[in-house]
Amino acid sequence: MQKKSDPKNVIVDGSRLVIESMARAGADTFIGYPITPANLLYQYAGRRLPMMLPAPDEITTVQWMSGLSACGRIPVTATSFPGFALMVESVNMAFMMELPMVIILVQRLGPATGTATCGAQGDISLLKGVISGGHKLPVLCSSDFADSWELAARSVSLSVELRTPVIFLTSKEEMMTRKSFDLTLLSEIKHISRKFYSGGEPYLPYGAGSDLVPEFLAVADNRWQVRMNASTHDRGGILQHSGDEALDNTRRLEEKPFRHLPGYTYYELDEQEGAETLIVSFGISAAAAMEAIDDIRESGRKVSLLIPKTILPVPDIYYEITGRYKRVIFAEENINAQYARIMFGEKLPEKIRPVGSLGSMIGSEDLIKEEARL
Amino acid sequence: MKRILKTNALPYCKGCGHDLIAKNTARALENLELDPLDVVIVTDIGCHGIIDGCLNTHTVHGLHGRSAALGAGISMGLDNQGKKIVVFIGDGGSTIGLQHILEAARLNLDMTVVVHNNMLYGMTGGQTSGLTPCGFKTSTSASGNPWSGYDLCALTHTAGASFASRVAGIGDISGSLQEAFDIKGFSLIEVMEICPSYGTRFNPKRKLREIIESSGKLPGIWKNDRMPFSASGETKCASLFDELRPVTPDFSSRLDKPFSLVISGSAGEGVQLAANLLSAAVVRSGCQVTQKGSYPVTVGVGFSTAELVISPQPIRYHGIDVPDIVVVTSEDGLAHCKRRIERMEKGMVFIDSSLESPRTGARLNRHDFRSIGARTACLYALLRFSADTGMIAADALFQTVEESGIREKIPLEKIRELIAGN
Repeated sequence: MQKKSDPKNVIVDGSRLVIESMARAGADTFIGYPITPANLLYQYAGRRLPMMLPAPDEITTVQWMSGLSACGRIPVTATSFPGFALMVESVNMAFMMELPMVIILVQRLGPATGTATCGAQGDISLLKGVISGGHKLPVLCSSDFADSWELAARSVSLSVELRTPVIFLTSKEEMMTRKSFDLTLLSEIKHISRKFYSGGEPYLPYGAGSDLVPEFLAVADNRWQVRMNASTHDRGGILQHSGDEALDNTRRLEEKPFRHLPGYTYYELDEQEGAETLIVSFGISAAAAMEAIDDIRESGRKVSLLIPKTILPVPDIYYEITGRYKRVIFAEENINAQYARIMFGEKLPEKIRPVGSLGSMIGSEDLIKEEARL
Repeated sequence: MKRILKTNALPYCKGCGHDLIAKNTARALENLELDPLDVVIVTDIGCHGIIDGCLNTHTVHGLHGRSAALGAGISMGLDNQGKKIVVFIGDGGSTIGLQHILEAARLNLDMTVVVHNNMLYGMTGGQTSGLTPCGFKTSTSASGNPWSGYDLCALTHTAGASFASRVAGIGDISGSLQEAFDIKGFSLIEVMEICPSYGTRFNPKRKLREIIESSGKLPGIWKNDRMPFSASGETKCASLFDELRPVTPDFSSRLDKPFSLVISGSAGEGVQLAANLLSAAVVRSGCQVTQKGSYPVTVGVGFSTAELVISPQPIRYHGIDVPDIVVVTSEDGLAHCKRRIERMEKGMVFIDSSLESPRTGARLNRHDFRSIGARTACLYALLRFSADTGMIAADALFQTVEESGIREKIPLEKIRELIAGN
């Protein structure tokens, strides 16, 4: 973020930044079903996006979004775990149909209904396995207001670029907390420029080129027949049991998010020369990690910090970075080291040290204590 | 004109009503002179859904029971562009997706749902569905279904559909389908049929018309005189930032380090509003603030708490474990933050004098905050805190209240007197 003019100080919450950013990027439709702590996003979207419709439940939400996306719109919704759980089958459908859309997942304390007004970072494992077959949805995670602004817009453009649903991952603490903020610090958001199939041959809805992303054409096109299909299908969108062409299409779906991963790998890295300990933290816990490294360094000890913002698929660079350290502290607001286990497996190597929390934010003192213990 | 169907050799069992529906659908659409590219056929899981490959129309093949919602999204997206959206769904799908059908009917979206009601789940072995008539035998009700099925047409009609009809899937039904397709708004046509693989096997001597008559859900037409859906024309703001009031730092602050403040009172007593005013005053005095609220899900009853971090420098972390300052104005507020107050080894607690004194290492400041009214007690407490400590510029807070929309409801002069008189 670069300061451009006289400050414009306001008190603002993350929800407002996210919706404004997505609107500027080109999101044009919001389908809402109320759930705490995502309600502010719903309210703002109703006032800002060209189309907003209230759905009767979260399954309908993603089905409507899929229909709208099939027509060339860019729909967004916001939910929390109980709503997301209902959406899962339909998110799989949108993934299989390759429909651009953004789902803002505002984490709260689970399991089940848990505590609606208590933050958490407990849905990361779920996101890893949310698509049947183990295929990946891109998951971008904001860790401060700048991310809320920039990654929200990027979620929109990424969903169009890759023809896929994208998860914008955040939490109650980021979306509902109001902060003093200088709006002139925000970068300019570019409205996406969307390309549609304009070829002279009949349209193949799943006929991708070397970039693995099929060109998009909205359903009901006047020139070419458009087919979309959530079942195993061939390049033309026709259902197939398990023919080679159809299975190749599913293999393409597996490879697509990885092929483009370098184009949406976002992280912050603050390395200190000579440090043997790395703190890895993301989302709301990253603020505590930033506070902690300042204190640790002030006390004369050396420490580095990695803030992943592209959560899934896990970029290779995270392994390169963590591989450089003797000890890696993972700070995430759950009690089962979800992201650490996604990266390093169920039995964590000795050098991976999770710091978790249940029902409250991780504090910098928790990390300072763990670092001192090593 | 190009035909709706690519072939008449459809992939259905001999005698299946789905074959009849598909061919009559094509005939009806052609009679309406619709080009295949003016038609979107949305199908889902069930034998009806394998028709896609035989169609020259646009096709969208979704999840079991969700085609009505998926078609609804397409209808919203196309928003009356002269395209015809036809949703195929089975009887099983229409119960798992019943809400989708009712919602589309309630909104009166421009689309037609064609229910292939063969009275059981044909693709999975002939199990009983929610539309299986009483007495009809299935693979899971060998002596006949003991319960009646839903009356889908009545439900759809009650929900507000422009048109609902039920027909027996015998002979030429293209006229009935054409009537449904020609409706502007939501239409549903329930076509009754017998699955030749399971329905006939389990009910060998029964005929379709007799089954329909004995079910009590007879063919018919139900209409509502309604306008079709159109997207809301509500005006949208050009930027959500236009709704924010920029705060000019027109006061100064003596604050030299961050502190945390918890305000705890009762719902409906202005806690969040007081916190909003305080935050604005903090920014007016050139400092930074984070503010979050906490209250039960019932919002209007119980405690209401605001947590603020206030600093002369930018704030990265807004969590508060043990606060520096606590303001408590009610029993609810005390009950909610008592344990936190007890963990304080230093700092200050501003507490209403009607409340018991918690055990704490913090200095207690007891005042009769509620004396000027419960709804302003919290604001009075904050003004008192700012005036007594100088940690927040009191003049900035007084001025912010003066300029606020609630000025007339706040006895500011009385508060000034009380504070001046200690």
